[in-house]
Formats: sequence, C-alpha cells, structure tokens
Amino acid sequence: MTALLQVRDLRLRYPSPGLRRHGPEILRGISLDIAPGETLGLVGESGSGKTTIGRAVLGLAQPTAGVISFDGRDITHLRVRERRAFARDIQVVFQDPYTSLNPSLQIETTLAEPLIAQGLPAQEARRRVADLLDRVELPADAAERYPREFSGGQRQRVALARALALRPRLIVCDEPVSALDLTTQARVLDLMIELQRSTGVAYLFITHDLAVVRHISHRTAVMYRGEIVESGPTRQVTSKPTADYTRKLLLAAPTADPDRQRKRREERLRLRSPA
Amino acid sequence: MFSFLLRRLGAGVVLVFIVTFLTFVLTYGADIPVARNILGPSATEADVALLNEQLGLDRPVLEQYWSWLTSAFAGDLGRSYFTSEPVAAAMSSRLPVTMSVVIVACVLTLVISCALGVASAVRGGVLDSILQGISTVAYVFPAIVLGIIMVYVFAITLQWVPAIGYVSLADSPGLWLASVALPALVLAIHGIAALASQIRGSLIDELNKEYVRTLRSRGFSERSIVLKHALRNAASAGLTVFSLQFITLFGASLFIEKIFALPGYGTYTYNSVVQGDLPAMMGVTLFSVLLVVVVNLLVDIANGWVNPKARVA
Amino acid sequence: MTIPGPDVISAPQAERHRRRHGAFRRLLRKPLGLSALVVLVGVVVLGLLEPVLSTHAPMSSDLAYTNASLGTPGWPLGGDQFGRDIWARVLGSINVSVISAVIGAGVGVVIGTVFGLIAGYVGRRTDAITSWVFNLLIAFPSLVLVIVLYPVVGSSYQGMMAIFGLFLSTGIFRLVRNLVITVRNELYVDAARVSGLSNLRIVGRHVLFAVRGPIIIATAFLASSAIGVQAGLAFLGFGSTQIPSFGAMVNDAFLNLYRDPVQLVWPAGFLALLTGSLVILGNSYRDVLAAPQDTVRSRRRTQEAIVTRDVPNEDAQPPMAGALLSVRGLRVRYPHVDGSFKEVVRGVSLDVQSGEMVGLVGESGSGKTQTAFSILGLLPKEGRVAADAMELLGESLLDKDARAMRAVRRHLVSYIPQEPMANLDPAFTVGSQLVEGLRGRMSRREAVDEVKGLLARVGIPDPERTFRSYPYQISGGMAQRVLIAGAVASKPKLLIADEPTTALDVTVQAEILDLLRDLQEESGMGVLLVTHNFGVVADLCDRVAVMRSGEIVETGEVRTIFHRPSHPYTQELIGSILDEESVREDDIAEPRPDMVSTKEQP
Repeated sequence: MTALLQVRDLRLRYPSPGLRRHGPEILRGISLDIAPGETLGLVGESGSGKTTIGRAVLGLAQPTAGVISFDGRDITHLRVRERRAFARDIQVVFQDPYTSLNPSLQIETTLAEPLIAQGLPAQEARRRVADLLDRVELPADAAERYPREFSGGQRQRVALARALALRPRLIVCDEPVSALDLTTQARVLDLMIELQRSTGVAYLFITHDLAVVRHISHRTAVMYRGEIVESGPTRQVTSKPTADYTRKLLLAAPTADPDRQRKRREERLRLRSPA
Repeated sequence: MFSFLLRRLGAGVVLVFIVTFLTFVLTYGADIPVARNILGPSATEADVALLNEQLGLDRPVLEQYWSWLTSAFAGDLGRSYFTSEPVAAAMSSRLPVTMSVVIVACVLTLVISCALGVASAVRGGVLDSILQGISTVAYVFPAIVLGIIMVYVFAITLQWVPAIGYVSLADSPGLWLASVALPALVLAIHGIAALASQIRGSLIDELNKEYVRTLRSRGFSERSIVLKHALRNAASAGLTVFSLQFITLFGASLFIEKIFALPGYGTYTYNSVVQGDLPAMMGVTLFSVLLVVVVNLLVDIANGWVNPKARVA
Repeated sequence: MTIPGPDVISAPQAERHRRRHGAFRRLLRKPLGLSALVVLVGVVVLGLLEPVLSTHAPMSSDLAYTNASLGTPGWPLGGDQFGRDIWARVLGSINVSVISAVIGAGVGVVIGTVFGLIAGYVGRRTDAITSWVFNLLIAFPSLVLVIVLYPVVGSSYQGMMAIFGLFLSTGIFRLVRNLVITVRNELYVDAARVSGLSNLRIVGRHVLFAVRGPIIIATAFLASSAIGVQAGLAFLGFGSTQIPSFGAMVNDAFLNLYRDPVQLVWPAGFLALLTGSLVILGNSYRDVLAAPQDTVRSRRRTQEAIVTRDVPNEDAQPPMAGALLSVRGLRVRYPHVDGSFKEVVRGVSLDVQSGEMVGLVGESGSGKTQTAFSILGLLPKEGRVAADAMELLGESLLDKDARAMRAVRRHLVSYIPQEPMANLDPAFTVGSQLVEGLRGRMSRREAVDEVKGLLARVGIPDPERTFRSYPYQISGGMAQRVLIAGAVASKPKLLIADEPTTALDVTVQAEILDLLRDLQEESGMGVLLVTHNFGVVADLCDRVAVMRSGEIVETGEVRTIFHRPSHPYTQELIGSILDEESVREDDIAEPRPDMVSTKEQP
C-alpha cells in the first residue's frame, strides 16, 4: 500500500534570537511513513523532537531540510493559502484539553468554525456539529455550552470532534491522553480506535507513554535527540527492542505489578552498572 | 551582567541622539520667527535677516544640528537668545530646585509604595482600603487640581508650610524640606498609586506560587518568605512601573513648579518654549533625556540584581 | 482567501454582540459602575446642550460682573476676575475636554491596537522593530514632548492631543502585544490555523476577542489622562487663549485663590467628575470581566487554613498507638460565595509507620493532594480542616498553632512537590535557598558543607557548580534532586511526596524512584507518596490507600490491592491500567470512501 504521509530526511533548526547564531538542530534526519488507516506511534522523552515532527507535518513549524509529502504531494513548504486547502486532510488533537479550546467560544462555534471556513453554509455546519457530537459520544446539548463546563476527558472528545469535522485522512495526535485520568484515558483511547475503524483515518500518535503506544499503534517509532533510533511493528519494538535506548526506555517505565516491577528494576540496575 | 549593562548603555546613547536630533529638527524646522521675536515688531526686514544670519538660522538644519552637537560635547550649550545667559549655567543654577523635588518625590514613591504594597498584600483589610483610597484620589484629580487643593489646604488655610518659593538645602535644611515637601508629595501621589498597586498585585501572585509553599514546607519564617523571597521576585515588575512613572513624574514637575512658584526647570522650559528660545529648549531636551537614560540604567542594574535571568538577557 | 458569505459574518458578530452585552449589563448592575456611567453621560450631555443651556459666550467679558457671586441672575455660577460667565465657560470646557479625550484616546487606541496586533501576531523581526520604536516613544521625556509640540502644532489643542495620543499609545501597544503573544501561543489558535482559518479570521475571532476587554479598560484610562493632559497644558498657558478649557479656568481661579477660592471648585469639580468617572468605569469593567470566583477569598490575616478538632463522637476510631502518622476522620472544606461549603476531603483515616512507604492513589480531584497538604499544614487560608485525630509521633497536630506547625515542618515532616521548576525560588541560587533552610541549626559554614554533601548524595554530578547555579540553569531532573535534597536536609521522620515524578521523563523518573527508595532505606523515615501512577506505586510502596471523591475506599498491602482488589472502584482502576501484554495488532482500517474527503466536496 502506498504511504499516505511520507517524511524523508527531515531536518529542523529553530532560528535563535541572535541574528547570526543558529539554534540547536531539533530534528536530525527523520524519515517515516504512514499508510491510510494506520496508527504510527511516535515515542520519545521531552526534547526528543517528537512534537516538532507533528508541528512540521501540520505546517506549524518550518523544516530546514527534507521533504514531507502527503498523498504523493510535497507539502513541506506550502504557502499559507495552499496550506489551508490541506486543512481538510490533516487535522490535530493537542495534549492540553484546557488550552486547546477557546474558553470564550461555545462548543458549537468551535466545531462549526473549520466547516464554515471551508465554505459550508452555517445551517449545514450546525447539522454536522450535532452529528459530530454524537460520534464522540457527547450529549447533543453540549453544543451550547462552554469549554469550562466540561471535564478533561470531555474536552478531548470535543477536540477529537473538531479534528474529525472536516473528515480528514490523517490526524496528528500530540499526547492526546497524557493529561487524562487512568479510567478516562482508556475510554478515550477506545473511542479513537473505534473512530479509526469506522472512518479509516490514520493517526500520527505522539506520546511519551509506552503503555499507550502499545494500546493504539500498529507500528511504533522511537525517538531520541532528534533521531528515530528504532521503528517497526509495535510488538516487535516493545518486546524485542534492538536499540539500546529503546531497551533503556522500556526498563525505565515502571509496570503496575510489584513483583514484575522488582525484576524489571533489578534488570535495569544491572544494565546501568556495567560489570 | 557587564555586557548586559554595556548594551543598555549603548541603547541609552542611541536614545540621546535620536531624541535630540528629532527635537532639533522639529523645533528648528518649525519656522519660529526667532529674530522677529527678539527684535520686536518694529524692526526692519533687513535687521531680521541680519540677525538670522548672525544666529546661523539661515543654514541647513542638519548643519546646525551638527554644530550644536559638537559644541554640546564640549560642554557648550550656547546662549539664550533673549537673556544671553549661557544655557549650561542657567540650567545648573536651576538643577538643585528641580532635583530636590524630583528626588524627594522618588524616595517618597518608593518608600510608601513598598510599605503600603507589601502591607496590603499580606494583611489586606484596612490597608487595602487605604491603598484604594489613594489610588482613587490620584486618578480622579489631575495633578494641577491636586496641587492647588494642597496649596489651599496646607499652605493657605492651615499655614503648615510656605505656599510658594524655594529655600536651598545649604541655607536651611528645615526650610528646604518644608519648601519641597508639598510639591514632592503631589508629584509622588500618582506614582504611589501605580507602584503600590503593582507591588501588591505581584506580591500576591508570588505568594500564591508553588515555590512559596515549598519554602513554607521547610519551616521558613513568614518574614523571610515575604520580604526576602516573594518581594524579590515581585520587584521586577515594580521596577518597570517605577521607570515609567519616573518619566511621567519628571514631566509633571512642569505643572508643580508653576503652582508652587519654584525656580526650576519647569519655569525655564515654559519660558523658553513660549519665547521660542531654541538653545534653551535644546538644553532642557538634552538634560531630560540624559536623566531618563540614567534612571533607566539604574533600574536595569536594580533589575539585574533582583532577577538573575535579566543579567543574561 | 475565500470571501466569507453573509452567514459566515453574522455568526461571530452575533456571538460577540451577545457577550459584550452580557458584560455591559453586569457593569450596569454594579452601583459604582452605574453611577460612574450616569455621571459621565450627564456631563457629556451638559456639554452637548451648550447652545441651549449657555447664558453667554464663554469668552465674552462684562467687567460689570467681575467676580460676580454665585446665583447672580443670568450668571448661575458667577463671573471670574475678567467678568466672564463661569457657567458658560464650564460648558465650553466640557466640550473641549470631551473632544480631547476622543482624539487622544482614539489615536492612542487605534495606533496601539493595530501595531500591537501586528507585532504580537507576526512576531520575529516585525515585532523587534515595532517594539523598538514604541520603546523609544515610552522613553521620550514628556517635558521634551511639550517642547516639540508647541512649535510644531502651534496653539491647536486638537493637534496637540493627536500627538499626545501617539505617545499614549505605547501603553496600549505593550498591552495588546503581550496579550496577543500569549493568545498566539495558545493551542486553540494553532488548532484554528490547522483548521484552515485565515490569519485575518484568527486575529479577528480568537485574538481580538481575547484582548478586547483589556483594551476597553485601557481606553477609559487613556481618555482620562488625555483630559488631564489637555487641562495641564492649558493651565500652563500652551494653546489658544480663545478656547475655553478647564486648565485655563483652573489657572484663573488659582491666580484668584486668595480672593475667591470658590471659583476653583467649578473647573476642578467638573474635571474630576470627567476623569474620575472614566477611571471608575474602567475599574468596574475590569471587575466585571474578571472571572467570577466560586470560592470566597479569605480576608483573614493569617496564612494558614483554620484547623479544628471535631467533638469526639461515639464511633470515632482512636488513633493508632505507636504509628508515625495517624489520621482519623479528616475533613477539608472550602467556603462558597453563597456561604455553603464544598467538602473535598470527607472523613479520611490513614496511618503511616516508620520505615514504611504508603501510596495514596486516586484520580484528579479525589482529594489526595488536599489530604497531604492538611497533614503538612499547608492548605490555602480559605480552607477549613477538621479531624477526629491527627497525630504525628503520638503528638496531636490539631492543637498546634502556626508557629508550632512551622517547627513541625522544620524538624519532623518534609515535602517533595510535583513540578520541580516551579518549586525553586528563581531569584536565589540553589545553594542559598538550601542553606537558608538549615540556618538556626548550624553555622553558615557547616550548612554550606552539609548542603554540598547532600547535593552529592542525591546524585548531582557536580555539586559545587549546582550549588552556585540559579534554578533556570539546571534541568528538571536536577531540580527535582535539589528539592529532594531540601526535603531530606532536616532528616525528617515523615516525608510527603506529591506526585514527585509526574513531571519527569521516564528514564529520569526511574532514577528518582531509586533515589527515594535508597534514602528511605538509609534513614528509616516513613513516606506518604501521593500519586496517580500505579507503576510508581508498584515500584515503591508497601501499602496503598485508594481515594475517590474525598474518601478512602480501600487500604491494603500493595500486592493485595494489585491482585485482589475488593472495592469495585479499585477494581475499575486496576482494570483501566493499559495491559503490557496486549499490543494492538488488528488490521489497518480500510479508508471508507464516504468518510474521506474528496477534492470536489465542499
């Protein structure tokens, strides 16, 4: 199957405040593919550059080198107007459910906004909003309420609805469940999988949490300091890692079982002190 | 820290050039009939033209600015067109008056604002109301009205202080203080309102921050937490307000010196502007902008002291 | 850019209108705001009715009425020392003041807002240049401004106010720019951009929307200072003598102060009414816009929450003898605006033994952190704490005053926070804030050595250097080690850690967990670990207490809780843990044609 999203040798360096000095390189030659309907999990620690990849794909960060292509078309350096046409195809769900929704707008306004911007009549947009709320399992009266009236999990559902509004083919999910409680987290993940099955949308799923990655990703890529150190089918990456860093990451994540965690800890400590 | 100050100093020098240049171009280019003003309406056109030539006013503005700038560097600010008094001398004789009022006003602003701001942030209640009262008075009454009311109440009715005039510090410290106290207070009140509210607000913000809770968890005394830790972090925003207030305060001394009949820069400025006494106007401009640059530099130094991040910024 | 159709425009406008209406109506409900508005409108209307109300031309003088007294027929407020009608001059001055306010504030707001929006939204070089220019304007001494103004615009007060407006715009510029930068970095603006909204729409809808309140407030203040500046300039004698002005009237009255002080009352009074009503209006609007608070802010003088001991009731369990910490029936409440209370901790009982690590787990809002802070005596002062018993080493914490609790925190109980960076004082070096905590126990020199030793003990590679560093110069993981050093410096008997690794990366988390375990084993202290992470619990804890909505639903040995949870809620929580064995391996979803956008679809 041909890739929906293809990233080749992506490099990115943020300009530093000084005129001549260059900032550090955040992305150092990233290549990845996502097939239609597939979830690619991108795992890494803070500062590894995983969020920046997502922002580059969304057009919110400008790569210094490399190519991002979507459906065979180069979208690395689109101009603002061209970019806007891609809003239909690539959408986003951010981590923080509290700042990703405008607090002073009703849910309906937030959800209808992208539809109207794409030229849908307001009447039609409102009808679609009701439909979207239903899809993310929120009550219909949610449309007239403000973000502050919702819990974190409900807000992420709204964010999901906003992303789905334009029927995109790819959603960049930047830590979408990290701020949620355990029980809510599991429910939102299940909803995301269900939506993927019914719509065939692909996810670029960015997270630091290996447990979440196992749950939702078909394939997984591990990032460390701006590079992908390992990638492959999720089971292979999370059970038979080849890269040292992946192994370190897996051993560092505590497991929710006192006895297994003790073994894991001992193994990690053994690995740390080279005898 | 050193390179930071050097950069701020550089920015100050640039400001001096830009302000003096703009002022020069705007005032000399404004076609004020200087020679006509000096000679009076009965003078002939030829006399006027001759005087213009003698004063160099017929030369291009840029050339005049250059010669003003070079002699200003040498300490020569020219002579007044009307009194022939050297501008530099006239200004240094007025310096003590204005600076007395301004410095006393600044000290009042800083001391009262800190005390009131901290106390009302920590205690609230009555002190909050006092602060609110001062702010309301300061914002409701423009400085001129407040000044005149003060003169009427304290000088004319109660006769606590002399209504007008200035006594130098060297002549009599007591009378000096009496003569500058009222004008300084009027000047300070707006600054106090602004600065005390700022300190109160940022101190309350700081006290709600997590590091304060952590300091409390280690059993630090409230005194150390408020006065040492939180106040130092709140000071940065206060300093910015203070540097802005200083500029306002210095400008307002124009009104205050008129109300209290103080022979300082205010009256000098007023007379030179109304007469179109260009060298005197440039003298005041230069002095004002130098003062602003110096105060800003002091504020930067203070800010670098309280805020370690500012040192590398 | 697509051209929006009519309904596209109407939706946001209707929305905006409704919101502003709401804020405006709330303003009218405030007595102060309403009266300020009434005064302002009243004075402006007086000015507008000048042609009807005025008794004379403001400039015409009739020496027969020099200093005419109040209520002279045809001279309602009397005459001034030149025989001019004070009432007529007041009316004329109102109009001059209002026009000054409109010009000054108008120019200031328009220039400040436009450039603030541009600088804040575009950023980078545009921002740098614009900010530089406005900083120049701010630093421009106002004295010099007067010098320049007079020769350039001459005696026209409108021209003067326009230029003053330019200089007054610096405040608005800063305000708008900073607000826009904050808003621009909000994720919802990114989301709007990704949704395909044009920059113009984003600025208009999301950015301007968020900054309009502060702009309205600033406009009121600006108008007030414009009036003050105009009066001040006229007072000094700048400007035409043919135009009535409060400043000129104040000057006249000032010269006449000994003879007829009442003449000062009129210009000063009306001037104060105008500037004052604007300022009060601005302040009231600010109060209206500030989000209404659910809970009451305490006005009490102390910093601590009120702690009370409950009347012992029949079925209250006694505290456990010999326990390090024993809490019975702890309740924490916060007052609401309407006088009722919201209970966030509802009867929590728990024990911690020396040498034991107890995990307090629960989801957000379960009250676990509130429980921890009430033991430390660090709840905000609005809080009310009550318990049947709360004993540390057999001594009741409920009877201790602020001073005694401070001593407890200094010697017996310590705290490790969640966010390492937010919990170090940014203005002091790491070393100095740790040393201060040890002062009073030992000399300065000893404290310095002690702290350096501690920094080495918590695994900081270069203690000397970290000692001298400011918090912003160290990483989050290092900062957490510093905080742990600060917590164990007093050799506490009980350590309370509130989500100590939540803000850290997992590799750093593992190291911090190792450190906590080592320190606990070394010192034999008891640890109460507040967390939502079951992995962390499994790694460290001996016993676990599970909290939900302010209550502990189950307490037990760590293995029991994981393998045989008895309470349904614990079972649900354990069941929600994402299983390590199951990995997603279903087929990739087929894209459904009806759900996928096509180029033709609108």
